[in-house]
Amino acid sequence: MLDVRGLRKVYEGSGRRTEAVRDLTFTVAAGELVCLVGPSGCGKTTLLKCVGGLLEPTAGEVFLAGRKVDGPPPGMAFVFQEYGRSLFPWMRVGQNVELPLKQKDLSRSRRRELVADALASVGLADAAGAYPWQLSGGMQQRVAIARALAYEPEVLLMDEPFAAVDAQTRADLEDLVRRLWRERGITVLFVTHDIDEAVYLGERVIVLSASPTVVREQLKVDLPDERDQLTTRVAPRFAELRTHVYEQIQAAKRGAGPVRKDTPPPR
Amino acid sequence: MRGLLLRLVFVLALPALLVAVWWVSSAGSEDVYWPPLGTILESFPDVWTGERWRGDVLPSVLRLTTGWVLAAVAGVALGTLIGSYRRVRAVCEPVLEFLRAVPPPVLVPVIMLFAGIGDTMKVVVIASGCVWPVLLNTVEGVRAVDAVMTETARSYGITGAARLKDVVLPAAGPQIFAGLRQALSIGIILMVISEMFAASNGLGFTIVQFQRSFAIPDMWTGILLLGLLGFVLSVLFRWAERRALGWYHGLRTAARRSR
Repeated sequence: MLDVRGLRKVYEGSGRRTEAVRDLTFTVAAGELVCLVGPSGCGKTTLLKCVGGLLEPTAGEVFLAGRKVDGPPPGMAFVFQEYGRSLFPWMRVGQNVELPLKQKDLSRSRRRELVADALASVGLADAAGAYPWQLSGGMQQRVAIARALAYEPEVLLMDEPFAAVDAQTRADLEDLVRRLWRERGITVLFVTHDIDEAVYLGERVIVLSASPTVVREQLKVDLPDERDQLTTRVAPRFAELRTHVYEQIQAAKRGAGPVRKDTPPPR
Repeated sequence: MRGLLLRLVFVLALPALLVAVWWVSSAGSEDVYWPPLGTILESFPDVWTGERWRGDVLPSVLRLTTGWVLAAVAGVALGTLIGSYRRVRAVCEPVLEFLRAVPPPVLVPVIMLFAGIGDTMKVVVIASGCVWPVLLNTVEGVRAVDAVMTETARSYGITGAARLKDVVLPAAGPQIFAGLRQALSIGIILMVISEMFAASNGLGFTIVQFQRSFAIPDMWTGILLLGLLGFVLSVLFRWAERRALGWYHGLRTAARRSR
């Protein structure tokens, strides 16, 4: 579904040349939930913006369902970390969710249906008439997720979406993403700096190196499909996987050479 | 109910005090140029008859609104254009800074040369003075649209007219309204000045006529009326702003509460 080949991004400006992303190659299969995790400042956001067509890569290509991405493609929806700045404060929740749909060739009744359905599936059916700033942070991020869902994307890109909400809300939102992913079968690429979150959510975790970024490891998360905050997080296998990813990130920070292993660590 | 009464007292206390001070200090004044407030108020209904409202006040208000609306449309349109493109901005900015620095009243004689002394001249004078705060505030507002909002719009394919209508203009709304408000007070000043130069009717013209014919209390009534006009317009403007920018005031209140 999503095919990233040899992606490279170099920022040039004020006489400084920063290589944010050096060489990234990975794929995301249709219906897969993949988490990208890496040390802070490793160019995760840059990478995701290149994938989403918001930034032009210096080299390399991104393909969405076989088509080259050279601008935000209609089959992708973005959920940003800064929900407060991503929702439009002059529009009510319902209008915020509906706005992107107006760009699509949809009838009014179909739009209404999509908006109502998306808001209901994030548990905000009653909030359509409220303004975003009347809601809590967690609820605002739910609205942003509903907006992405209503857009009916093939691929959902999420850029550290829960980094700015409190821990309890965060756990709820993680379960929400898992549930929506399973119910709707969308492909999700989820960027985070939180190792536990990556392991808890992902079917696969891609560990990135420090900047300039390369793929350090791809790890299959062999936890059961049915996950919940209580049992999954205390499962021995969860601990093993998170310890393994943690070690990889620490090694990446030290700048140790990439150990390319595409298999899960031995049980 | 009690809260409303209390607010009314707060609003009216200072104006009432100032009027009282004026009344007492001017009472029994023999000075021709400084007539008692009582005399001024007595002559008010005699001066501002129905005919004067039709013949002087209405034309003034029409010139003001026409000039202001023209300035608003031109200012927002040009400001959006200049604010949206870095290149256009680089070309226009020095010129704008210069033009803005020219005091609009000096344009009156110049504009008279090509626009004559009729209503067109006055409307052009008002518009050419009002346009600057609107234009410059719009440029700033459009420039300052949040980067995350811009990217959100882009990632959802919201471009062109929809982007302008649903994202850029609302985001710049608070700034644009600040500009419109400044423009309104400049507009009143220019309305009076342009009518003082060459006119056969209007508030500015009438006040100057009274002064030249030593009808001093009548002149004072004109000044009072101008003040009242400015006050009424600002109340109307604030009402419109509350309606259009309700979200902005709500957002700010919410932000303050969460801090």
